[in-house]
Amino acid sequence: MEKTIFQYSSSGRTGVALPLLDVPETPVTARFGRKETIGLPQVTEGQAMRHFVRLSTMNFNIEEGLYPLGSCTMKYNPRLHEFLARIEGLAVVHPLSDDSTVQGTLELMYKLGESLCEITGFEAVTLQPAAGAQGEFTGLMLIKKWQDERGQEHRNEVLMPDSAHGTNPATSTLAGLKVVSVRSDEHGRVDVEDLRSKAGENTCAFMLTNPNTLGIFESSIDEITKIIHDAGGLNYMDGANMNAMLGIARPGDMGFDVCHLNLHKTFSTPHGGGGPGSGAVCCVEMLKEYLPPSTVEKTDEGYKLLGGTGNTIGRLLAFHGNVGVLYRAYAYVRTLGPKGLREVSEVALINANYMKARLKPYYDVPNDDGPCMHEFVASGAAMAEKGVKTLDIAKRLLDYGFHAPTIYFPQIVKEALMIEPTETESLESIDSFIDAMIAIAEEIDTKPHLVTDAPVNTPVLRLDEVKAVKDLCLVEPVEHQ
Amino acid sequence: MSIYVPNGKVEREQMLDVIGVDKLEDLLTPIPESIRFKGELDLPAPASELEVVNEFKGFAAKNSSADLVCFLGAGAYDHYIPAAIDNILTRSEFFTAYTPYQAEVSQGTLQAIFEYQTMISRLTGCDAANACMYDGASAVAEAALMAIRSTRKKRVLVAGSVNPRTIDVIHTYMDNGDFEINEVPFGSDGLIDLEAADKLAEGGVAALVLQYPNYFGSIEDVKAAADLIHGHKGLLVVAADPIALGVIEAPGRLGADVVVGEGQPMGIAMSYGGPYVGFMATNAAFLRKMPGRIVGRTEDRAGNTGYVLTLQTREQHIRRAKATSNICSNQALMALANVIYLTLTGETGFKEVARQCWHRSHYLHDRLLEIDGVTDVFDTPFCREFVIDLPVSADTAVEAMGEAGYLAGLPIPGLGDGAIMLTATEKRSRKEMDSFVEALGKHIKGAR
Repeated sequence: MEKTIFQYSSSGRTGVALPLLDVPETPVTARFGRKETIGLPQVTEGQAMRHFVRLSTMNFNIEEGLYPLGSCTMKYNPRLHEFLARIEGLAVVHPLSDDSTVQGTLELMYKLGESLCEITGFEAVTLQPAAGAQGEFTGLMLIKKWQDERGQEHRNEVLMPDSAHGTNPATSTLAGLKVVSVRSDEHGRVDVEDLRSKAGENTCAFMLTNPNTLGIFESSIDEITKIIHDAGGLNYMDGANMNAMLGIARPGDMGFDVCHLNLHKTFSTPHGGGGPGSGAVCCVEMLKEYLPPSTVEKTDEGYKLLGGTGNTIGRLLAFHGNVGVLYRAYAYVRTLGPKGLREVSEVALINANYMKARLKPYYDVPNDDGPCMHEFVASGAAMAEKGVKTLDIAKRLLDYGFHAPTIYFPQIVKEALMIEPTETESLESIDSFIDAMIAIAEEIDTKPHLVTDAPVNTPVLRLDEVKAVKDLCLVEPVEHQ
Repeated sequence: MSIYVPNGKVEREQMLDVIGVDKLEDLLTPIPESIRFKGELDLPAPASELEVVNEFKGFAAKNSSADLVCFLGAGAYDHYIPAAIDNILTRSEFFTAYTPYQAEVSQGTLQAIFEYQTMISRLTGCDAANACMYDGASAVAEAALMAIRSTRKKRVLVAGSVNPRTIDVIHTYMDNGDFEINEVPFGSDGLIDLEAADKLAEGGVAALVLQYPNYFGSIEDVKAAADLIHGHKGLLVVAADPIALGVIEAPGRLGADVVVGEGQPMGIAMSYGGPYVGFMATNAAFLRKMPGRIVGRTEDRAGNTGYVLTLQTREQHIRRAKATSNICSNQALMALANVIYLTLTGETGFKEVARQCWHRSHYLHDRLLEIDGVTDVFDTPFCREFVIDLPVSADTAVEAMGEAGYLAGLPIPGLGDGAIMLTATEKRSRKEMDSFVEALGKHIKGAR
């Protein structure tokens, strides 16, 4: 346990030496002046470093071990990228600089956009969205605008499978659209007949993650996207699982009209403990005029940052997107090239299928009717009947030195464990994870308390989430000023 | 075989064998032949680390903006960033970790966010803060939506003295056919016209959105605005510049219900606009209406203090279509930069940064007004940014100053051909300011 930074504070300490004021003072107008202390800590740089380093040691991270979070694509984050994004000429650039003085960044953004279009099979791109969910919002607003422009304002329904990520319905609500849930069939794919019966004159868009959240490729994708097009809707692909398809299949070739990419998943940019990400959106030519401002165009006079057409859906952020994240994604594409990108997906597929094959004797894998893509979903339902929940299995994995898979999602699988190894894990590390999973399965039969009491080898024991809500404490009490 | 993929030919064959297939293609069978991508993606050939570094250095060399002495603000500010911040941010434990869903192995991130929430709530004068939003502008838009949820009213007033980019983002977020945005004009003093706001608020509104200091750098009367909007049962949303709050009163203490803002000035590189981070703080009454992640303190099974994500039933992964927002990934690492910045500067250093921005901006302002023909646009107290009117075209002046090595400021065409907005942070020395004033004076003399 580490004290809070406020508990290290002592009056008069500071951690940064500022320049001396070398201009005359202008008194702060009394009626505006801040009256009380702020309550920030007072520590030296050394004390601050010790505190934050101690905190850091309580974090699991990708450089420590395998991080099999399904749909999160926790692959290795190249160290080179951290250096590149901090090069002074790239980091110290004001976002309102004249185009002629930021040609380097604009060229990179342009080239990254071109590459993402090639990878997805689309014609236009915006790099502005800050994260996947903002990309989804962008995509739905593009579609809505297109519908409105064609006199189809009444189309207010977004269809999506019952296995959709939570952001999909939440984004639909934000866009002012109604969610219509489509059933999954017995194999975990979109129930095409249910989709057909629900697509109609109110269909604005269809949102689908492909491969879907069970890690299964939607084999009827041609038929699915055609049903929506015939009904007058457009198809949106949630690109969370793009790591399965680089150079293998492209959303633009499957009848999708728009998709977002999570650069912080597929393109290796670090998750940062929750962000920043980047939710670049690629789309077909007919949606280009609705894109947000801050797209980049190549002209005879160099690269130009565009302000958006009169038909734009508008700005999503004050400036041009998480540019520092774009720097990293560009470096990734440059390092790997076309063959290297395809290899990423091929090995991601092999790793996931290998894990599935080896774990199947111990864990139930529902919806298993052939190869999975880059991830698969196991079920702890049989273990739950023995009194050990999926949550317990997840916590026990922490004791074995691994992060847990994504749990209880998708909601259509009972006690779900969604496992994605990614291509950057070696056979050795995958095997040791499998060994841990098998050992836990055995513990459930022989010493279940080891699992239900887990974790015990972590900085803290299992935390009381109910108490956190009941005795809400979101800030350090003021006595620690 | 790429440097990031450890499993080569030998391992792959071994694994395919365990899977029970002969070759990789057998794993692709669920993808119909008709939609498979044939051939190779049309992308540049792979580059070595050295080549990538050189390419990036080439990009950097083409960004001449990085060499300019910066007097431009308007939402992104050139502050000094203590070196220690990046030392922490580049620790794998922080930058390669995922969202702290497995709390027991994420105490570092969780406690840092808890400390961040504490510092943001103290800085803004509110009861609590969330774990962060994408940026300042989207945080304002989310605050407006939060006010709509809290009041069940569908109309929002936005001061015309709010950054136009922020207003754009509010429009994007609220363009769902159900909500209405009314812009409240600003007066000849550059401050919100409160009488106009009072009239527009008739019939009930969810919120009034105000910027503090406002887009032009002038200091709005938050208390008067709060009293006014509370009289109409709406909420006051204040978009605050965090550095300014080291000098001027915290909006939460003046009656603001939600305080949001851009965290970039607190230890984050300008990086051509991102990644930045939005902060959001509010009072106890509206806590449960907040979007985004929130960290709470609790105990483990042995009674030790620990931290978890809490109030998660507001969020998309639980509440789906009824969530308070669709936000999932946020800007956590940038919030960490903020909390380290606030720690390193601390109570005295942070106030000193704020004080220096105040004094240096006022010095710059006064020196610029000494140039023949330069006048004030608003005769209103400002904090660290101000608008003046040049007797020549502001666009041309910015261009000329660019050639002289300065990022001069932002022309504000809406306020006149010569209107330009400038700022001076603690990084701008007297010598830099004096040389800049001299260069601009020369340009004006020559251009008139």
